[in-house]
Amino acid sequence: MSFLQVQGLAKRYGAANVFEAVDFTMEKGEFVCVIGHSGCGKTTILNILAGLEEASGGVVVMDGREVAGPSLERGVVFQGHALMPWLSVMGNIAFAVESRWPAWNRVQVQTQCRTFIDMVGLSGAEHKKPAQLSGGMKQRVGIARAFSIQPKMLLLDEPFGALDALTRGVIQDELLRICAATQQTVFMITHDVDEALLLADRILLMSNGPGARIAEAVVNPLAKPRSRQDLHHDPRYYATRNHLLDFLVNRSKTYQLEEYRHEARRRRRH
Amino acid sequence: MKLPLRLTAALLSALLLAVGVGAWHLATLPTGGARVVDSEYARLVGAQAASGGKSAFPAPADLGGKIVEHLRQPFYDRGPNDKGIGLQLAYSIGRVALGFLLAALVAVPAGFLIGMSPLLHRALDPFIQVLKPISPLAWMPLALFTLKDSDVSAVFVIFVCSIWPMLINTAFGVASVRREWLNVALTLEVSPFRKALAVILPAAAPTILTGMRISVGIAWLVIVAAEMLVGGTGIGYFVWNEWNNLSIANILCGILAIGLVGMALDVLFARLQRAVTFPE
Repeated sequence: MSFLQVQGLAKRYGAANVFEAVDFTMEKGEFVCVIGHSGCGKTTILNILAGLEEASGGVVVMDGREVAGPSLERGVVFQGHALMPWLSVMGNIAFAVESRWPAWNRVQVQTQCRTFIDMVGLSGAEHKKPAQLSGGMKQRVGIARAFSIQPKMLLLDEPFGALDALTRGVIQDELLRICAATQQTVFMITHDVDEALLLADRILLMSNGPGARIAEAVVNPLAKPRSRQDLHHDPRYYATRNHLLDFLVNRSKTYQLEEYRHEARRRRRH
Repeated sequence: MKLPLRLTAALLSALLLAVGVGAWHLATLPTGGARVVDSEYARLVGAQAASGGKSAFPAPADLGGKIVEHLRQPFYDRGPNDKGIGLQLAYSIGRVALGFLLAALVAVPAGFLIGMSPLLHRALDPFIQVLKPISPLAWMPLALFTLKDSDVSAVFVIFVCSIWPMLINTAFGVASVRREWLNVALTLEVSPFRKALAVILPAAAPTILTGMRISVGIAWLVIVAAEMLVGGTGIGYFVWNEWNNLSIANILCGILAIGLVGMALDVLFARLQRAVTFPE
């Protein structure tokens, strides 16, 4: 049985059908990216996995247990870093660590915080407030906070969307290194095809809403370890990238129509 | 030469003060010529006015003298109608502090509940909307009747007038805590009590302190009127008592003291507000 199973997930707001019949699985240690246009319900799927929103239909089972409500077993990196501005970098991470291990003393908490602050390369900025950090540094704190509770699964909601290209590249490299080292299971939403190709083992393509579905699951053919510098030298890079872009530009809109025609043809044959 | 803005402003303030005091001085100079004064009135306001040479309104120098006199002996107590201005101020500040503190003890937790529960917010809103615009002094007869003690009634009036801005601001601050911070607490399985204390309270603190600052300002406005009503002690009673004594210089001292203490209270709460405000 897979580590994470999502079956028949659907979300409706009144009569509006955001997505339906969303099925996918994830293995332990796998990095899965979801690509799709805005409004297809990517963030809603992530929120359901996080336990922050309820699905209108379907089930999510993680590690043999149904997901019902938020849990420390799933760490979330939010779209807008979601740091508490009145706490320092250390304070923000300590808030998470203290929630995970309430019985720990100060020294244990601080040691754990230091480890993850070092991991994202923020040593020396422990006592700064979020307002004193750049956008990239804030998102690093968000990542450190999510990793620090050592969850079974990590959920990232377009974590680099608001960053400039240069910073994004640097943090992508860091995330790649950290995930390789920790064997973390990661579910990530992105708009960026190159980001998905660099980070993901598998890429789920979502069609446009309303009534969005997972149209296709593309296994990333590029060999690990991948790096931003020579990703584009891989002979399979452009073919895969074109395939993903084609989907986003053309097929995401027409997918439902295609499916409908397929279905009609099948029926006529029988 | 260009002076820094602060210095220029200070110089201008000093100039305005000098012009104001100067005009006042000129307006209260002895007129010289004999004035026809009602003999009854003359007896009432004292010899100076009776002679007709000098205005009953004190000159700046008279006020200055009075201020020095008060500063030299601010806390004397010679019976119920003759207490130092410092002592009277202390009574007023004590009442405001007590009423304000009691109001905070009620308003902040109640505001938390209202802010966290849309149901409570809607259910209590009509009551708040009706009670809020009532002048706190309108409660005074009711308070005197039920509490049967003028001192306690004055504190009650302060309590009533302080409660609304704090309640409304706390509820607003709590209700508008950012969804993403609450989501962080949710995903970390933080207990409701810890969430209220570690997430909602610091996030809403600047708004709560704004409410407190408004409350203390109103309380200080109201205490003067309340003390004029209940009498006995306090700066409001002092001003009223000096009106009965027809000592306008003392009334002016009282007015000045009220202004200075009000400013000090506002500065104090502005400091507190700055201390809990977080840059984003």
